[in-house]
Amino acid sequence: MHTLNPDDLQAVWLTLKLASVATLLLLLIATPLAWWLAHNRKWYRSIVAALVALPLVLPPTVLGFYLLILLGPEGPVGELTRAMHLGTLPFTFAGLVVGSVLFSLPFAVQPIRNAFESIGRRPLEVAATLRASGWDRFVSVALPLARPGFLTAIILAFAHTVGEFGVVLMLGGNIPGETRVLSVAIYNHVEAMEYGAAHWLAGSMVLFSFLVLLGLYLAGGRLARVMR
Amino acid sequence: MSTVNEHGIRAEFKLQLDSFALDADFGAPTVGVTALFGPSGSGKTTLLRCIAGLERATGSLRVNGETWQDGAKFLPVHRRPLGYVFQETSLFPHLSVRANLEYGLKRVAPAERRVSLEQVTEWLGLERLIARGDPAKLSGGERQRIAIGRALLTSPRILLMDEPLSALDTRSKQDILPYLERLHRELNIPVLYVSHALDEVARLADHLVLLEHGRVIASGAVQETLARLDLPTAHLDDAGVVIEAAVSEHDEKYHLTRLDFPGGQLWVGRTDQPFGSRVRARLLARDVSIATQQPQGTSINNVLNARIVEIRDEGPDKVVVRMRVGDEDMLLSRITRRSRDHLALAAGMAVYAQVKTVALM
Repeated sequence: MHTLNPDDLQAVWLTLKLASVATLLLLLIATPLAWWLAHNRKWYRSIVAALVALPLVLPPTVLGFYLLILLGPEGPVGELTRAMHLGTLPFTFAGLVVGSVLFSLPFAVQPIRNAFESIGRRPLEVAATLRASGWDRFVSVALPLARPGFLTAIILAFAHTVGEFGVVLMLGGNIPGETRVLSVAIYNHVEAMEYGAAHWLAGSMVLFSFLVLLGLYLAGGRLARVMR
Repeated sequence: MSTVNEHGIRAEFKLQLDSFALDADFGAPTVGVTALFGPSGSGKTTLLRCIAGLERATGSLRVNGETWQDGAKFLPVHRRPLGYVFQETSLFPHLSVRANLEYGLKRVAPAERRVSLEQVTEWLGLERLIARGDPAKLSGGERQRIAIGRALLTSPRILLMDEPLSALDTRSKQDILPYLERLHRELNIPVLYVSHALDEVARLADHLVLLEHGRVIASGAVQETLARLDLPTAHLDDAGVVIEAAVSEHDEKYHLTRLDFPGGQLWVGRTDQPFGSRVRARLLARDVSIATQQPQGTSINNVLNARIVEIRDEGPDKVVVRMRVGDEDMLLSRITRRSRDHLALAAGMAVYAQVKTVALM
């Protein structure tokens, strides 16, 4: 009878940590980006929107491959990080975070952008006539009204990062405790014909994902009612 | 004419949009309600948005001697001490009714607050609405009352209203109009009121600015302006004049009230307005007929001595006659061209104006 061995538990922990950090960073990056995309009418808006959406259609291995080159010792970003005595990012946890953020960006930006767009300009104009400055309007009107969009973005970004495989494999490899996340651990088990161990990990993954989603949806619904 | 000087509003805007150009130059007095009136697409709302700073036109704007906009300066919306009531009810759905009311109040420095929540609650009858908590539980008219209260709580130095009644049904309109009239009396700040409904203008406005194709075509006191035949307002179906009069007698037997004004007297249906109070009566051009001799045996209660000032053709069959009653007031009458020729009406003639209906505002 198999259960989760310490290595597997480490992989689970690492995955949760990666998904949490990436989701947090994604919110910080996606919110201004979504705001800009929702309110800007500049000609290059479509170019930015297409770039943000690119990871949706790109095979993860392609994204991982370019990131590896870009962040590697010979790449421009790699040279920069080395000059700053930060070392290089590939095969580190930080490298995985960078890859995950880029990979999940469209999943965070799109729901928030839609939410901002559906609010429209009117509530913000109303707030302006009630003496609210730009930042004040954003915090007191735009953010609360866009809450459903943020909830969706958090769920999607988190889940998408947990499930990522291709980028991790290209960029992070398989270092226990550093870059060996759940999906890689399952792959290892399957390759070693340890179907029992794979079952335990994969099954707990299914259950966990379901519970997270259920919890968020329930909380979201109740939150929405309480806040009114 | 009204007093348009350092106090009041002095605006001059040019704005080119895709389908339309605004080129407006106008003034409004310090107190009272100025109606911006015109057909849809005439630029009333755009002009109001320019004044609020929601639209960025080139030009200049001075309010009560303060420059809000000129070549070099553009005060952002949230720094302009104005109240704005939007056409559709615009309460924040994520805030309670009370939090909506307090949204602007909290953002005004305590030293600058001149209007309290208690005052506004009393003026607009908001107590029961606040108790209901959620804006979604209010009707359209009730939400608009909250929106007006919310704007007033910022202690604005000018109140801008963009067709605040147009999204409401007739009943809600009737419910809210008395509150607007009350504000008119209680507030000593200028109100700019955008409307395309002549009856609202006749009821609420003191001053009228007429817009057409993005231009101001006339501006003046509401009584004078509504009586001008050279303006499109005289040729609308519900064209008519406004007369200010005093309640002078209640006839309990026939349930009538007599109104006195410098040009004569008018009998209207019994009103609850107290003896001596000032009221507005609206006399529509289509309800006024003309006789060259004192009418005998007529059911019409109100016959005024008038003198024809001007007659203007309106379409192939109708003319509009402008008459003077007393020293101050004007009357409009829409009659057929045949009647004009038949009675040989001409400017300068003394006639009897028979008024079939008087609407008390």
